[in-house]
Amino acid sequence: MASEAQGEETGLVFHPMDQFVVKPLFGGDTVMWYTPTNVTLWMALTVLAVFALLVLGTSRRAMIPTRMQSVGELAYGFIYRMIEDVAGKDGVKYFPYIMTLFMFIVFSNFLGLLPMAFTTTSHIAVTGVLAMAVFLTVTILGFVKHGLGFLGVFWISSAPLILRPVLALIEIISYFVRPLSHSIRLAGNMMAGHAVIKVFAAFAAILAISPFAIVAITAIYALEVLVAFIQAYVFAILTCVYLKDALHPHH
Amino acid sequence: MEGDIVQMGAYIGAGLACTGMGGAAVGVGHVVGNFLSGALRNPSAAAGQTATMFIGIAFAEALGIFSFLVALLLMFAV
Repeated sequence: MASEAQGEETGLVFHPMDQFVVKPLFGGDTVMWYTPTNVTLWMALTVLAVFALLVLGTSRRAMIPTRMQSVGELAYGFIYRMIEDVAGKDGVKYFPYIMTLFMFIVFSNFLGLLPMAFTTTSHIAVTGVLAMAVFLTVTILGFVKHGLGFLGVFWISSAPLILRPVLALIEIISYFVRPLSHSIRLAGNMMAGHAVIKVFAAFAAILAISPFAIVAITAIYALEVLVAFIQAYVFAILTCVYLKDALHPHH
Repeated sequence: MEGDIVQMGAYIGAGLACTGMGGAAVGVGHVVGNFLSGALRNPSAAAGQTATMFIGIAFAEALGIFSFLVALLLMFAV
């Protein structure tokens, strides 16, 4: 892809995908499963940031909250209300899992927006694991709670009898495509946004259009801040929707 | 030579897959537009339905993301 441009470094040079390369932190080229890479570093920073906000920020439990504490309480209340609205009262039991997912994704998205940072959620390997975990959790939970009655999620009893087998087929396909769309949505949005910023950064090298390019980068960056939050929100809310299907499989 | 033609086809296909984005754009715009027109008629009910709107956006967007996936597969996997 970018290999043609890497030959001679004159004129317009685009390296939009170079920021997503996984590199070992301490030199070398081979990446084994135990090698500390830039992904490891930024994931650790994400966990540290979540820890700092939710554990250190709220540790004093002041009556009049500090800024950190009120942000932490805001995030807690936001997710709690979302689960209550979407998954119902009995979905609140699974609050810790969804809160963990949301905080991890929102912080890795925001940390990825820092200059020279690495966006861990731009890799399908990362979001795929998160989505598969959600998919397996929800499927197993459905079978544990309802036994074979969970299969009623595919058999829409409000539809006419003739249509039901056709609808069941469509429902089964859409059920198994869930982890794919769930993971690709997050990774695709993150990767596409960051790549667009890099493409405009290459345009900034041309003097005639550099003011336009810099304004465009600023605008896209603002959009990316919005997208970073909305994608984490969408990931969490879709988890709630799947959870609702597992808890109440009969439409 | 034959490999070049295959690669050309893959690149053209990847470009064509980007037209799927237009469909996703229409879908997302339709969802949000209808939400807004409903919300302006009855603003008091709007706040409770924003979550539903985001779910709708996510489902509409997923199909556009699949075209992105096809483009990625053509560029890197085929």
